[in-house]
Amino acid sequence: MSDIVVTGLGATTPLGGDVASSWAALLEGRSGVSLLTDEWAEQMPARVIAALAVEPSEHIDRVKARRLDRCQQVALLAAREAWADAGGPEVDPERLAVVVGTGVGGALTMLGQDDVLEQSGPTRVSPLTIPMLMPNGPSATVGLEVHARAGVHTPVSACAAGSEGISLGMDLIRAGRADVVVAGGAEACIHPLPMAGFSRMRAMSTRNDDPERASRPFDKGRDGFVLGEGAGLIVLERAEFARARGARIYAVLAGAGVSNDSFDMVQPQPEGSFASLAIRLALRDAGLEPGDIGHVNAHATSTPVGDVAEAGAILSSIGDGAAVTGTKSMTGHMLGASGAVEAIFTILALRDQVVPGTQNVDDLDDDPRVQALDIVRGSPRKATLRAAVNDSFGFGGHNVALVFTAA
Amino acid sequence: MATTEEIQSGLAEILEEVAGVLPADATPEKSFTEDLDVDSLSMVEIATAVEDKFGVAIPDDELANISTVGDAVSFIEKNQS
Repeated sequence: MSDIVVTGLGATTPLGGDVASSWAALLEGRSGVSLLTDEWAEQMPARVIAALAVEPSEHIDRVKARRLDRCQQVALLAAREAWADAGGPEVDPERLAVVVGTGVGGALTMLGQDDVLEQSGPTRVSPLTIPMLMPNGPSATVGLEVHARAGVHTPVSACAAGSEGISLGMDLIRAGRADVVVAGGAEACIHPLPMAGFSRMRAMSTRNDDPERASRPFDKGRDGFVLGEGAGLIVLERAEFARARGARIYAVLAGAGVSNDSFDMVQPQPEGSFASLAIRLALRDAGLEPGDIGHVNAHATSTPVGDVAEAGAILSSIGDGAAVTGTKSMTGHMLGASGAVEAIFTILALRDQVVPGTQNVDDLDDDPRVQALDIVRGSPRKATLRAAVNDSFGFGGHNVALVFTAA
Repeated sequence: MATTEEIQSGLAEILEEVAGVLPADATPEKSFTEDLDVDSLSMVEIATAVEDKFGVAIPDDELANISTVGDAVSFIEKNQS
């Protein structure tokens, strides 16, 4: 079976408008989290968010931007960056596919147009409502941009959607249905309704008086995630195709593992047994042993239950030898984009042989599983890395693990 | 009552806002779809904007008969109250 390589990266995140600025900010330990000061937020129990560092609509032609939901705008920008970064591969459109996952799709359009409907009636609703709200909007936007004709797909698996996008992209190449795939995830739903809903689940941090310290994976004082927005897309290629065109190769996507807890709609299975399964499946797929994995970019959302379950999953699949980081401490939780953006961080960790530090771990959780992990805290750590894992989990029980190896 | 010139320039503003058409290109003989690359969804947006600006509603069946900028100007001119 041929290798699948990563040749292009693109992202827009709460840390920066592109991959380079996001990665630089991450290594500096900067926070993308701030206090939401909009009037509507006053009533919200949780008012800390991780908004995009760069307004996407300012970097897209005005007429085009007004036809795209914010989640489509971020997907477009990440796709343009990734495609250019890959050198604009000359590929038969019928051998080019797109997979962009999302948690909720065009929520801002749906909610905004519902306001129009309520206030002004059905004849005032925008004719662009449906193409802007449909969850396949981000993938279709990217498909149109790169002229992909080998299929445009949209996994919708909550916070695992971005990773699932990359995993499915790998499957398409392996199945012989594409030579090149633009894959990842996009999300932009910072709005009163999602925030109120997550708050009512007690899933979000209410550390409103100290926003930059609100997202604190594995810390004893963590009290929920911080809602973020962004997009991450990577260009995957069949290795022979990439080599034949002389492409620069960042890393090899060596394996993927997908499982489901089938335990509860939103609670992770407390031992992380099936998250562990996904990681073990990914290692097997990559033909690697636990000891080969030098680094894990953890899902680590900063929720009380989730981080401990994940610690258990990492221990039971990889052991305690990998340098673990939780980059959501800086980016917040970009939901369906998070797995893809974190896959990019994992790839860059392999390229630069450095593990970003987890911020805000002042007082490590007492749970023995958390204590057993080698969590990189504060500053980045230089390391010799041959292989690294990125795992992501989503409401609905979705577990996805990706294994990358150095180019 | 808006004059023909006012309708023409008002429509050009709408076309620029909705579809990015340069005002100089929005001349009467131009077809929305063939010449100005305005798609059917944008036509619906333009109709809504026309109603806001000139108080002239364009029913869906009438919208289908409007193919050029000149057609739209005439329709607005005839139907303004």
